[in-house]
Amino acid sequence: MVGPMNGDWRRERLAFLSVITAPAAWIVLFFVIPLGVIWAYSFGRTLNLTEVAVTGTLDNYARVLDPVYLMIFAKSLVFAGVTTAICLLVGFPYALVMTFATPRGKIWLLLGIMLPFWTNLLVRTYALMAVMRTEGWINDAVGLVGLGPFEMLHTNFAVIVGLVYVHLPFIVLPLYSTLDRLDRSLLEASLDLGAGHIRTILQVVVPIARPGILSAVMLCFIPALGSYLTPDLLGGPDSQMIASVIERQFKRANDWPFGAALSFMLMYLTLAAMAVRALQDRRKGAIA
Amino acid sequence: MTGKSLIRFENVSKRFGSFIAVDDVSLDIGEGEFFTLLGPSGCGKTTLLRMLAGLETPTEGRILIDGVDVTDVPPNRRPVNMVFQSYAVFPHLSVADNVAYGLKIDKVAKAERDERVAEALRLVKLEDFAARKPDQLSGGQRQRVALARALVKRPRVLLLDEPLSALDAKLREAMRGELAAIQDAVGVTFVMVTHDQDEALAMASRCALMNRGQLQQVAAPGDLYEYPANRFVADFIGTINMVEGTLGLDEPDQAAVTSEALDCPVWVNHGVTGAPGTPVWVGIRPEKIAMTPIDQPRPAGPEEMPAANVTQGVIVRSAYLGASTLYEVEIATGIVLKVAQANGDRDAGQGLPAGSSVWLSWAPKAPVVLLG
Repeated sequence: MVGPMNGDWRRERLAFLSVITAPAAWIVLFFVIPLGVIWAYSFGRTLNLTEVAVTGTLDNYARVLDPVYLMIFAKSLVFAGVTTAICLLVGFPYALVMTFATPRGKIWLLLGIMLPFWTNLLVRTYALMAVMRTEGWINDAVGLVGLGPFEMLHTNFAVIVGLVYVHLPFIVLPLYSTLDRLDRSLLEASLDLGAGHIRTILQVVVPIARPGILSAVMLCFIPALGSYLTPDLLGGPDSQMIASVIERQFKRANDWPFGAALSFMLMYLTLAAMAVRALQDRRKGAIA
Repeated sequence: MTGKSLIRFENVSKRFGSFIAVDDVSLDIGEGEFFTLLGPSGCGKTTLLRMLAGLETPTEGRILIDGVDVTDVPPNRRPVNMVFQSYAVFPHLSVADNVAYGLKIDKVAKAERDERVAEALRLVKLEDFAARKPDQLSGGQRQRVALARALVKRPRVLLLDEPLSALDAKLREAMRGELAAIQDAVGVTFVMVTHDQDEALAMASRCALMNRGQLQQVAAPGDLYEYPANRFVADFIGTINMVEGTLGLDEPDQAAVTSEALDCPVWVNHGVTGAPGTPVWVGIRPEKIAMTPIDQPRPAGPEEMPAANVTQGVIVRSAYLGASTLYEVEIATGIVLKVAQANGDRDAGQGLPAGSSVWLSWAPKAPVVLLG
C-alpha cells in the first residue's frame, strides 16, 4: 500500500520540484560538470599552457601504473591504513566511555573530540609542528630527564601522528552513534550469563556493532587516503602521499590530464572499497 | 512462606538521587516458590528484581541468596539468571549459540554443552529452531530462547522481568500455563515481576504487592484478593466498592460499621481491633453482592442485626462481560455500587434493564473492614 504521504508527494509535483531544483542545479553545476570535465581531461593531452585536447588516449592511466606512482599509491594506502587502525584502537574505547558516561560527562567528552575539529586545520598542523620539532615541547620535556632530542618532525611518524589527530573525530562520532543505539539489556544479559566486561565487549558489543564499526572505518580511511596538508607540512621527503603528487601535476608540472588520471585513480580505489563493503553487506543480508 | 528461605532481602533501600525506588524492603522467598512482584509502574518492583540480579546495587541493606551475602557480588558471579523484558536475545548468534553462550563462559565441555543446550531447547519446544537466527523468530519464540538461555545455566533462581507483557493476549494465556509447567519440570525458584494482576494471581504461589517502593502485602494470591491488608491492596487487586464508615460494635469475630454512604449498617463476621468510633473503610467486591428484583420479598439480613447488609437501588447501567454482567446500581444515598452477576445460563445475558429497581444484599462474610 502506498502511504498517504507518498501519494501526496507524488501528486504535488510542483512542491517537489520547488524543493529539489536549487540543490539539483547546484550539484550539477558545481559537482557533476566539473568532475565530468576533469574525468574527460584524464583521457586528454596537454596542447600548450592553457589548452587540453581530449583525445581519448589512455596514456595518462598507463603513466599512473608506473612503479614510481604505484609506490606512492601503496604508501598512501599504508598511511591511511595505519592511521585508521590507530584511530580505531583509540576511538573505540573513547566512544565506549562516551556511551556509558553521565549526560554531563558525555558533553565534556564530546567537546574533547570536537574542539580540535572546530579549529582550522592549518593552525592545528602548525601547533603539532611546534610540539614535535627538534626544539619543540616534547624534546624540551624529555630533555629534562636527560633524553633526546629526537628527530620527529618531517618523518613518517609525524605524518601518522598528524593524520590520527585530524581523523579521530571521523571515527569517534559514527562509533558513538552506533554504540549509543546498542540495546543495553544485551550487555546486561551477557553479564547475567556470567561473562565479564571485556568478554562482553568482544563477544557482544563488537559483533553487533560491526556494520557501524565498518562505516566508521570507511569514514576515517577515505579522507585519510586523500590527505594533502598533513603529509605536506609534517612529512619528510619520503612521506609523500598521492594528493601531493596530484597537486604538483595541476600546478608546477601543469599536466592537467595526468593529474586528472591520478585523481580518478584515487576515486576508483575509493569506489572499489565501498563496493566491496556493500557486497559484504548484501551477502550478510542474504545469510541472515 | 513454607519451606526454607532461599532469598532474603534485609532492609533493602535503593535511591536514585533523591528518588527512593525501593524503601526499606525486608522479604523472604522460599526454595521452589513461584514468587511474583506486583505493583503499578514505578513502584520499585523492577529495581528490586535488578538488585537480586546484581544489575543494581542497594543503597542500604543486604541481599542474601542461600545464606550468602551477595549484596556486592557482580551479576556474572551470582547463582541467578534473568529473562529480560526485551528478551535481549543476541541478534548475531543462532538460537543454539544463544543458549550455549553462558555454558561456554563456564567452560562446560562441548559434549555436555551440546547435551544441555538440546535439553533446554526441548524444554521450551524450540528443538527444531536451533540453527535459526533471532530475526527469523516470532516474539514468543525469542522469549523461549531467553528462557532456555537462562535455565540452561541451572540457576538457583530464575528472574523474569515482565516476561509476558510483549506477547499478544492468546499467547500470553498459553505462556502462563507453560511457565508454570516449566517451573514444575525444573524445580527452580522463579521470581517474576509484573504489573498485570491477573498474571500475578494466576501464576504465583505467593505475591508481593508494592507501591511507592514499599511492600504493601506479601501473601498467596487468594489472600491478597480476599484479605487485603490495606486500602491500596484492596483497590489495586480486582474491583471493589469502597465506602468510608465508623466502627460501631467490635468483637473478636463480628463487627458493625455505619456509613453515611450506605443507607444500611454493615455487619461483618470478623473483628477489626479498633475502638468504637474509629473511622474505617468497608470494601465489598461486586461479585459478593446479591441482586434481586424489587418485586420479590426483601432478602433477610443477618440474624444478629436484621437491618444490616440489605439495601435497594436502581440500575443505572450494565456491561455484559460474557461470564458475568457488571451492573452499576445507584442507591438512595446517591452513590453507585458495582454489582456482578454470573451469567449462569444463556438467558441470563439479557439481565435486568437499566431503570429496574432492585434489592442489594450481602452475607456477613462478604465485606472487608480496613483501618487504613
